[in-house]
Amino acid sequence: MVTVEFLGPIQKATLSLDAASLHDVAEALKEDNEMAQWLDNCAVAVNDMLVSTLDTPLKDGDKVSLLPPVCGG
Amino acid sequence: MLELYEGALNVPEIITRWYAEEAEYNYGAYIPFIGTVREEDGIEGLSFDVYEPILNGWFETWQAKAESLGAKLKMAHSRGDVLVHESSYIAAVFSPKRRVALETIEKFVEDFKASAPIWKYDLRHGERLYARDRSTAISGAGILGAKR
Repeated sequence: MVTVEFLGPIQKATLSLDAASLHDVAEALKEDNEMAQWLDNCAVAVNDMLVSTLDTPLKDGDKVSLLPPVCGG
Repeated sequence: MLELYEGALNVPEIITRWYAEEAEYNYGAYIPFIGTVREEDGIEGLSFDVYEPILNGWFETWQAKAESLGAKLKMAHSRGDVLVHESSYIAAVFSPKRRVALETIEKFVEDFKASAPIWKYDLRHGERLYARDRSTAISGAGILGAKR
């Protein structure tokens, strides 16, 4: 199982799901209507490192984070 | 050094302390950038969420870049609510000479706006509203929405 956490303004509780790579996470989230507005603009981190491809492998206990558009300062 | 505070920053304390901390290191230039919440469109203030693990990594990468130029960065940011005319952000660079300091503060603040994992909300009539139209997708965002 991996956990998927939603940061900042995404009002959604952390999920646990079976996923071998980020492709599986993407497929699961695409079925969630609440997430439609976020998938095209969120950056993704695995264990707090930003990643750039869905081919990123996942293993048991990994943490996936979704980072929506930012505006500090 | 990265400092996070609940609510508004105590600007005089922070910039004076940073000045004192670096006084003996022979830096010829100290440039602080102070971000203050403006009264605009009737907001009462701003509010911030910060994701510290990735913010720390982003800041450490920048600190290494600054060190390679003989410079040093410091940054302070608020979490939670900051009212109009209070300050939520200070970035500062110390360097031996002004040119590196001027160039570094500009690049650092611009990348901060585009990349630091901080989310801004307007405070309006007691509500906290995500400032979506002023926010920027982090470089590389959108992979989850890509068509297979």
